Formats: sequence, structure tokens, C-alpha cells
Amino acid sequence: MSRLITEPNLAEPDDFYEQLIGMHRGLDDAASARCNAKLILLLANHIGDMDVLAQALAAAREGIDGAPAA
Amino acid sequence: MASHVNPVYEYRRPADLDAPAVRHPVIVVGAGPVGLVAAIDLAQRGVPVVVLDEDCTVSVGSRAICYAKRTLEILDRLGCGERVAQKGVQWHVGRVYFRDAQAYQFDLLPEAGHRRPAFVNLQQYHFEEALVDRARETGVDLRWCHEVVGVLPRDDAVDVEIRTPDGTYRLEAQWLIAADGARSTVRRLMGLDTEGKVFRDRFLIADIRMRSDFPAERRFWFDPPFHPGQSVLLHRQADDVWRVDFQLGWDADPELEKQPERIAPRLRAMLGADVRYELEWASVYTFQCRRMQRFRHGRVIFAGDAAHLVSPFGARGANSGMQDADNLVWKLALVLEGKAPERLLDTYDAERVAAADENIRHSTRSTDFITPKSAVSRIFRDAVLDLAREHAFARRLVNSGRLSTPALLRDSPLNTADEPAAFAGGPGPGHAAIDAPVVGEGGSWLLDHLCRGFTLITFDAIPASAVETLARARIPCATLAVDASVPAPGASVRDAQHHLAHRYAARPGTCYLFRPDQHVCARWRAFDLRAVERAIARATCND
Repeated sequence: MSRLITEPNLAEPDDFYEQLIGMHRGLDDAASARCNAKLILLLANHIGDMDVLAQALAAAREGIDGAPAA
Repeated sequence: MASHVNPVYEYRRPADLDAPAVRHPVIVVGAGPVGLVAAIDLAQRGVPVVVLDEDCTVSVGSRAICYAKRTLEILDRLGCGERVAQKGVQWHVGRVYFRDAQAYQFDLLPEAGHRRPAFVNLQQYHFEEALVDRARETGVDLRWCHEVVGVLPRDDAVDVEIRTPDGTYRLEAQWLIAADGARSTVRRLMGLDTEGKVFRDRFLIADIRMRSDFPAERRFWFDPPFHPGQSVLLHRQADDVWRVDFQLGWDADPELEKQPERIAPRLRAMLGADVRYELEWASVYTFQCRRMQRFRHGRVIFAGDAAHLVSPFGARGANSGMQDADNLVWKLALVLEGKAPERLLDTYDAERVAAADENIRHSTRSTDFITPKSAVSRIFRDAVLDLAREHAFARRLVNSGRLSTPALLRDSPLNTADEPAAFAGGPGPGHAAIDAPVVGEGGSWLLDHLCRGFTLITFDAIPASAVETLARARIPCATLAVDASVPAPGASVRDAQHHLAHRYAARPGTCYLFRPDQHVCARWRAFDLRAVERAIARATCND
């Protein structure tokens, strides 16, 4: 099973973060939410590996309160 | 003037009213699509069958309209596929729209060399009429206005109490098939229930008659300008009748929404202010995804909507019911002949419960896409539809209904597993047969040659002694040689267009063993009589 990479993997982390925030420039919350959803879908397809995606989904949900994920 | 007037089938006073209870091998409750298909199949296999129906006509309203390729193939085996295919509107292309533009289109059957199209759309009453006529031809004892009012299962038979306009009488059934629909009387009388969930949404079906040059395609709109925030589905049926299905939301008032004057503005918004149509039938429905825990209860066997329910998106209701009947009848016939133990019927339960779960899973997923249950779910849904215009990957995520395909009986105990690494393609054990054109006596399609019992297809000839042994076995197995390099001793065909070898990943020596319901139960790279005999024993619980 492939493992989700959680060690540093971005060559230029600050560049990425700047561009991520930049993507949302000028958008209201609703438009930002739409943009984020499209981004997640594009990245998920790029990754392709369901095992990795499942680990990412679980890692993202960790520490967030609420009912347990289905 | 309506496009269709329902036939009235004659009630006949049963002679049984004045006689002691007669025992029948099989009684089917319900003369809907599933009950009729089961009855015709039984009759064709030489099993006398009585069908009881509380009504005396076919479906009122068009109801189930999308019949899948596999359903047509089952009907071909039963001798009425052509009539349904010809009367129905054949289609294979679907278009999905998001807001004011097409998101993408798909083709359910992009390749040539198939007798039947991906789907035909046909009103359920036409479908049932074809089946009633065929049931009569095959000698099925159809009893209209016969309402089941009592069911008492015993060890060796089921007592059935039946009410007619002339009074009540009893019959005994060695086996009872309950195909009496979502509100199954048999299920209620036996105190059984279904488990699952109801979806909080309402849909309006309007069947309208109009002249239109819209092509015969499935069209699905998400959030269109003419019905904002909801979905709409359009299908063409026979006789210039069109099915429009409007999502209304949970708060809609079902009685109000059925009124023609409420429906008219919706249709005008969709089809144009000057559209001319006649409203044939309207209904507001909610739906459920649920099933019985078990489909076999001793000598009572449930099939179709009586056993399981899904949403209409994906056309998995009637089409799965057809597959229930297809799966059940050959097993029941073998048990009645004393050639298989009763536990063969437990594999109906195992295989069709698995199929029902697959249908429910698909149906639930479609429903979650069509009716997002939270703000974030809606955001993702719309994001998928947005991306689908530009990006092929997102089209695979759009779910306006995953249209019915034959159940894959992958985990069936009746399968004989492939030798390791023997096959890299072709339909493995549990798959329904894939049709292909062939040249030879006995039919120009592969499925014409898989129409009764077990059949072994061999790519090249096998010895005459083996053909003979298989044909004369206690459970006979027909053989069909494909592209034999020497004159074949039994039936043979040529694969002139090479579709067959390609679809079955075959090379000289390859053999496929099909069950009587045209599902593959074993395959090999070389013929071995003992292996075939063992696979047939396994597929009939005789191992």
C-alpha cells in the first residue's frame, strides 16, 4: 500500500503557500469554497491512488470535532 | 385521446372453487414484469405454473420505462425480445447539462456487433402486454382477479388462500414466487419486512404526448434555468410519449403538484411557451433504498420490488427484477426435477442479495449526487459539474444515475475460479455472457446458442465422445464449437467478424462454460472433460 507523504515534499513551500492564498484573491467565501472544491478534485485525480487519498482524508479529519467520519 | 387503452383480461371462475386444494409445482404471485418473466421461463423449462394477480390488466401509467440490454437478452431467450425491442425507443447516448450548457455526453454502447441496444424506453404497459401474450403462448395458467389473502408455509408445500369474485379457494404450491411488488401482500401476510432508508426528496413524473424532433437520448439537467436549483430528466418513449421527471424537493405538496395546471407552467418553461402536448399521466413520488434481509424463506421466494427497492435513477428496479427471475428459474427447475439439492436455491439468495446491495449502493450514490444533503456536498457536486465541461476526469464523477448493467456474480459459490494467470481479459466467472455475431445454424448471435441449459463454448472442436458424454449427462450440457479447425462433431459456428474471440480473450483451445442464465461459471485454456463435469456439479450444488 502506498503511503501518504507527510514529510516535507515541496521544494519551495513558501511559493506554494503564497500561490494557494493568491488563488483566492478577490473571492468571497462562497466563491472560495467553490475554488477549493475544484482544487481538491483536480489534485485527487492527479494522485489517483485510492489508498493515499484515504489516508489524506483521514489525516485531514484528524483533530476536527464532530460526528465520526462515515 | 390517450395514446393507450389498457386491455382487460378476462376473469374466469376457477374450477378449484368446488374442489379440494390442488398442489402445483410453482405458483407465482403477481403478473408484473418479474412474475411474468419467471412464469414464461418456468413454462419453457417444462414446469407447469400458475400466476395469480389481483387485478385484470397491465400497469396503469407508464411507470418503469427504461429496459436495459440485459433485459432484452433475457426476453430474447424467452421468445419476446424482438417485440419489445421493436416497439421500444432504442437509445445509447446520454447528455448531462449543468445550468445553461451541456456538461458532457456519454455513449453506453459505443461498439458495433451487438444485437440489442444499450437501452430501450417503453411504457411498462406495453412491456407487460408483450409478456402476457408470450405467457399465454407458453401455456402459463394466468388467473386474473385472484387476490392472495392467506399464505401458510409448511414443510413440504405452501398453502395459498385466494379470493375471487366468486369466492375463496385454496391451492398448494411446492414453491411460491412472490413477485407482487413494493407493497407485497405475500411479504405482509408472512410478517416480513424490508430494511433501508427513505430519501427526503420528491419527484414529479409527467408523461406527455407531443410531436418533437428531440433525438432519442437520455437528457439530464442539473440546476437548469427553467427549473432552478433542482434536476430534470427527459426520456422518449413509444407512441410520441415523453417522460419528464422534475425534482421538487422534500417540501413540495404531492397532491398539489400533480394538478395539470401546476404542471403546465413547468413544461412551458422547459419546452417553450408555445409547446403543444397532452398530459397522459402524472405522479409524485418519493423513493427508498431497501431490501429484505433474505429473499428465500423456505418455500417462498421473493423477487423484484417485493424483495428490494431502489431509486429510479439508473433504471435498476425492473431491470434487476428481470435478473432475479433469470437467476431463480433454472435453479428451481433443477430442484423440481430432483437434479439439484434445495440448497441451490440458497445461491439465488446469495447472488441476488449481493446484486441488490450493489444496486442500492449505486442508487444511493446517485441520489447523494442529485440531492446533495449539505452545503459542502452541493459545493463539491457543482464543482464536479463545472470541471466536467473541460476535464475528462470529472465526467467520471458526474452521477446522474449509474445505468443498469448485468450483475457480476463474482463471489458466487457456483463459480469455478480461473487457473492462476490463465486469462488477462474476457468475462470471468460470474459475468453475464457478452453477445457477439456468429455465422452458423441455430442463430446469428452467440446468445441464440445459450438458450436452454448449460452450454460449453469451445474455440476449436472437441472429441465427439466428449460432446456425446456432456449431452447425455444427468444435467445435460450443450456444446458449441467456434471456428473449428476440423469438422466439429456437434453444433458449430464461425466467428466471421472476430468479435467473439476478441470479447472472450480466446485462443484455440479456450473453453467457456455458461449456466442456463447465460452467466459464465468456469473457463479454461484447454478442454478437459472432467473439469467441465466438476464445474457443472459445482454450479448445481452437486459437488
